[in-house]
Amino acid sequence: MAFEPTKQKYTGAIRQVTLGTGPKAVTVGGRSCFPFYTFEGSMPNAPRIAMEVWDKNPGDDWPAAAREPFADVLDDPAAWAKKCVEVYGAEMIALQTRSADPNADNRPAEEVAAVVKKVVDAVDVPVIVWGVANHEKDIEVMRLVAEQCSGKRLALAPVEEGDHKQIGASCMAYGHVVVASSPIDVNLAKQLNVLLGNLGVRDDNILIDPTTGALGYGLEYTYSVMERITQAALAQGDDKLANPIINNIGIEVWKTKEAGQSAEEAPELGDPKMRAIMMEAVTAVSFLLAGSDIVVLRHPETVKLVKGYIEKMMA
Amino acid sequence: MGMTGIEIFKLLPKTNCGECGVSTCLAFAMNLAAGKAELASCPYVSEEAKKILAEQSAPPIRTVVIGTGNYATKVGGELVQFRHEKTFNNPTGLGCVISTDESDASIEGKLNRFKALQFERVGITMRPEFIAIQDKTNDPAKYKAFVEKIMGLTDAALILVSPNPDVMEAALSVAKDRKPLIYAVTMKNGPKMAPIAKKYECPVAIRSDGTLDTAMKITQNLTKMEIKDIVIDTGVRDLKTAFTHSVQIRRAALVDRQRALGFPTIVFANEMASTPEEEAIVAATFIAKYGGIVLLSDLQPHFVYPLLLQRLNIFTDPQRPMTAEPGVYPINNPNENSPILVTCNFSLTYFIVSGEIESSRQPAWLVVKDTEGLSVMTAWAAGKFSGEDVGAWIKKCGVLDKVKHKSVVIPGYAAAISGELEEELSGYNVVVGPREASQITKFLKAFTPQ
Repeated sequence: MAFEPTKQKYTGAIRQVTLGTGPKAVTVGGRSCFPFYTFEGSMPNAPRIAMEVWDKNPGDDWPAAAREPFADVLDDPAAWAKKCVEVYGAEMIALQTRSADPNADNRPAEEVAAVVKKVVDAVDVPVIVWGVANHEKDIEVMRLVAEQCSGKRLALAPVEEGDHKQIGASCMAYGHVVVASSPIDVNLAKQLNVLLGNLGVRDDNILIDPTTGALGYGLEYTYSVMERITQAALAQGDDKLANPIINNIGIEVWKTKEAGQSAEEAPELGDPKMRAIMMEAVTAVSFLLAGSDIVVLRHPETVKLVKGYIEKMMA
Repeated sequence: MGMTGIEIFKLLPKTNCGECGVSTCLAFAMNLAAGKAELASCPYVSEEAKKILAEQSAPPIRTVVIGTGNYATKVGGELVQFRHEKTFNNPTGLGCVISTDESDASIEGKLNRFKALQFERVGITMRPEFIAIQDKTNDPAKYKAFVEKIMGLTDAALILVSPNPDVMEAALSVAKDRKPLIYAVTMKNGPKMAPIAKKYECPVAIRSDGTLDTAMKITQNLTKMEIKDIVIDTGVRDLKTAFTHSVQIRRAALVDRQRALGFPTIVFANEMASTPEEEAIVAATFIAKYGGIVLLSDLQPHFVYPLLLQRLNIFTDPQRPMTAEPGVYPINNPNENSPILVTCNFSLTYFIVSGEIESSRQPAWLVVKDTEGLSVMTAWAAGKFSGEDVGAWIKKCGVLDKVKHKSVVIPGYAAAISGELEEELSGYNVVVGPREASQITKFLKAFTPQ
């Protein structure tokens, strides 16, 4: 008699969330099994990759290897986003509004929002707008972004407990998706989804950001929280956690020491560019296996590699 | 998991002699079931019962030791499917394949990289453990000589790769004391290969035909011969199928207590990808998802280092926070005018804070205080980051002798201790630094110790 492996009993499925509009809109979620366990459940939508774009020239904040593919567009976020789509086949853009950071450039909200609008108008793929995790500033910027990009079904991030009312309301008013961000904790993730529900945000307009730790810098905490969220949603019937998960990976990995060290600084770690790309790719693969639906990645070679990986795992 | 007290009771003598220390056999059986007694305490239990109980109480996935000395490497022995349920125990063994048809330069390069890949992190040495030696000669004497040569060049845990029992036996005659993994017993060569594994008492891998059914048949055959140290290769080289098998094997062993699959696995990532980059992410898949051993074609540090970090992260015990060694860390060559910054010894905090200071390019003395692995805020709340404690440590650790100034910077989240700390360190200014590490660069650029 042929061996019959035990099947996991699933009680629910991750709900589907659609970003963007028109032919390039992207739907994620819908999964009714643990990530890639398609022998016992279905994964109607493959996980997707969003390419990271900054609203300012990142300069020395980015290691040379990360700047190099975008050297011609780093000063023009719209051209940068276009290059991601047209040259590197990006299916989504994650625009980080770094220029808004009150501890750095502190560019006024109107100017930040105007650049976001330019980027959104320059591409036909969905855009995730990722703020600076400063409540006051993010509320100001996201209110303008939500209004000026009305109906584009952007995803606005990070929406935390401290600013969920304001940014949540902006999303509801102008038809955007909320990226509910909580600090590596299952209960806090659930609580924020409940709060957003109380506010009136529809369940299928929420993505979960569990807070992403890079490889070597807390990856294991994020990994296990994601597995626990996935288990709660799929096997323990916790409807309030049954939302797709997004991981903001590029920015976390590329700021680590090892991703930035030159061959002279760390000869024992091999080729600096390949090392950083592999750190980003290994982080992405780990989180895809833990339940990520959208990974935000920086380097085009990482994107290519992870895209090929997802295709193989979806076979 | 295991047998109930009543099931165990049925196998006991039922004489209630009391020599085991409890008054009845039933009470003893209950203690056995609860893991509170050892079967050896019963002087009258039958051999038959001993055998059944030993089998039933064996761990669901066998721990197999490959290699000797510094490289005696444990694989398998896992008890959970998800690390947060308890912890993963034995990190996926990593290594590369060396083939008999490779040039000396290529072999030397791989072995040098193997040796050089040793990294210290949070008190743990990260390194690959395995060298697989693949035969392409099909000639016992030639393979034996090749294995001997490699043995002379490395202490690595070895995997001998040949389907030919004669070739394998020749190599084992010289390598057996290194406890190499024999790769592999198949359905076809089993009748000749299995007795060799038995004779040389080395762990043995099986290679199936791509199905779990055949894998189970082969392991059952070996178990009948009382060969216990088995490693499974299902023979699949397609990523998705191999992933599915890996999940199913882990689950069958743990949930169904399927003995025939209760063994660690081996993954030949080098045969599953067309580029080294792809190979590395195949390896990453099986570090996260249940691979016992993962082999690469080479050990270039830019591929292996990320995998070692991933392995460290995934196999970290979630029940026990990782800690940094308390002490004084000089960063960016500080001198007597450089600021003193204090933080906790939660490893993540240490990595992030030291990383931010490094990238600020500002010299500083980082004082790490023992908080038993708690973060600053948690440690403060738990009374392990009080002004008194922190002050005492700052005096004791010797950092004050390294500077001329009179300032100490504490984390923003511990602002509440500043008064108490100033009392403890009389004559010093206690400066409240940023709450988040991301603000350290900005802080340091504007800060001059007084």
